[in-house]
Amino acid sequence: MATATASRLTFRKPSVIPGFGLTFGLTLTWLCLIVLLPLSALFLKTSELSFDRLLVIMSNARTLHALQISFGLSLAAAAINLVFGGLVVWVLVRYDFPFKRVVDAIIDIPFALPTAVAGIALTTLYAENGWIGSLLAPLGIQVSFTPLGILVALVFIGLPFVVRTVQPVLADLDAELEDAAASLGATRGQTIWRVVLPSIWPALLTGFAMAFARAVGEYGSVIFIAGNLPGVSEIAPLLIVIRLEEFRYADATAIASVMLLASFVLLFIINRLQHWAESRGGRER
Amino acid sequence: MSALEPAALAQPLASDGPPTLTKQARAQNGHRPARTEPAAVRIALTLIALAFLGLFIGLPLLLVFVEAFKRGAAAYVAALSDPDALAAIRLTLLVAAISVTANVIFGLVASWAIAKFEFAGKSLLITLIDLPFSVSPVVAGLIYVLLFGSQGLLAAPLQAWDIKIIFALPGIVLATIFVTFPFVARELIPLMQEQGTAEEEAAISLGASGLSTFFRVTLPNVKWALLYGVLLCNARAMGEFGAVSVVSGHVRGLTNTMPLHIEILYNEYQFGASFAVASLLALLALVTLIAKTVLESRLAEEEPR
Repeated sequence: MATATASRLTFRKPSVIPGFGLTFGLTLTWLCLIVLLPLSALFLKTSELSFDRLLVIMSNARTLHALQISFGLSLAAAAINLVFGGLVVWVLVRYDFPFKRVVDAIIDIPFALPTAVAGIALTTLYAENGWIGSLLAPLGIQVSFTPLGILVALVFIGLPFVVRTVQPVLADLDAELEDAAASLGATRGQTIWRVVLPSIWPALLTGFAMAFARAVGEYGSVIFIAGNLPGVSEIAPLLIVIRLEEFRYADATAIASVMLLASFVLLFIINRLQHWAESRGGRER
Repeated sequence: MSALEPAALAQPLASDGPPTLTKQARAQNGHRPARTEPAAVRIALTLIALAFLGLFIGLPLLLVFVEAFKRGAAAYVAALSDPDALAAIRLTLLVAAISVTANVIFGLVASWAIAKFEFAGKSLLITLIDLPFSVSPVVAGLIYVLLFGSQGLLAAPLQAWDIKIIFALPGIVLATIFVTFPFVARELIPLMQEQGTAEEEAAISLGASGLSTFFRVTLPNVKWALLYGVLLCNARAMGEFGAVSVVSGHVRGLTNTMPLHIEILYNEYQFGASFAVASLLALLALVTLIAKTVLESRLAEEEPR
């Protein structure tokens, strides 16, 4: 009996705990129904398109520009978050200041605040008569309804990814390394550049990639502030929605598969980066 | 000369510029540069970081509440007691209740299978559960339209049985479940993996049934992590915009959730009403964060030592 069970389920180790068949089966079924089957519908619909049709859709100037805006500005926003997110982590982990716990908690606001709320708040803030927009207007800087506005929204939603990825790694960093560097005569700048930064670099890159991945697909917080001018400030997710509303399903599907493919590639890269980050730096316990 | 010798030794190591004599002299006196920066640098960096956070996070949050109450309490109450707003609030609560329940059940089932057993392909399964996090909300909505929409793969059977999924409640619920899919599971799986199987094995060998082992041993061990997952899942479910926007059809009073209602009001230049509804969701976000901070200390207790 025991051997029969073992040979039937060779892909798992035998255990006295019951319920594997039931829970594993339910997990797989639910996963397929909610996630895998719907996702494969997208690829099925894309494969129905001829290659020429796909090429026409993807080489459309409006499509190309939307993709360029989405990927380009997401990259810029992730880079800004890499610098300022890194700075925020440094200040939060290393320094003491009043209301530090409150400041630490509000980092998660972009995670918790619904994107539509963030969208209308940022738009109003940076509009010409808004709190910040009215200060920038005399300088000739317009944020709301321009690509700059998209950048602001993408910085907002990406920040916690960098901070929350790097924070535990910097907190766990062995302080003795820095003491050693200092006692060997390194200046503070050298210690940070050559000892601290290499240790947190994999985590910083992971956070950067996560912020980028999130920004590429972001919709809610961007569409209010973007102005959504085709060819100027139109992001790829919005173009998918517009094509869908025009009943141009082929176009919507093709753009969506490109974006889905990009997110799979990013997911793979983030996965590798996380392995790298865990294999070095202060993660050993 | 002897005092200078360490500097001479250190120089080849520090190729970015030799350390100054004064620093070396201080190092000799025991005042070596410690693990922190000069006070002026510390204060400057802290101020820059706080300014950045204030600009990008503090001000938008503050603005939501200021704009919501700018036109007075009466306008605020009127905006929230509008029938369409009430319908949106009711729909949002219903959708969140269904999707959080679904994800709690799935999360518990999946984490039991994944954390309590060893089997091939486990890390692939975890990656697949996390997958919805990396899919754009708009794409998440689109895949259900491609499946259940009037041009969709399942359009014919759905029409035959007169089942409406897209532009109706089931579509909104499905899209919400998709975007919140990993929230509960990803809080439970790592914790249950760390806790191991010893306690369950003990309970089973003492004669407990599988179910009572789950309810009396496993569940109490992960209750705070479960609550944490529910909290995050709920916040996202109530606030989801992109995916729901694609499948909802924006029918006022029928398929409009709170975020979609905010969009419609905003696009109609009813900024006060829009921010009034937005303030409710912002309040939810704040409550979620406060509860999250409290839970995080409880969670530390659940970690096995």
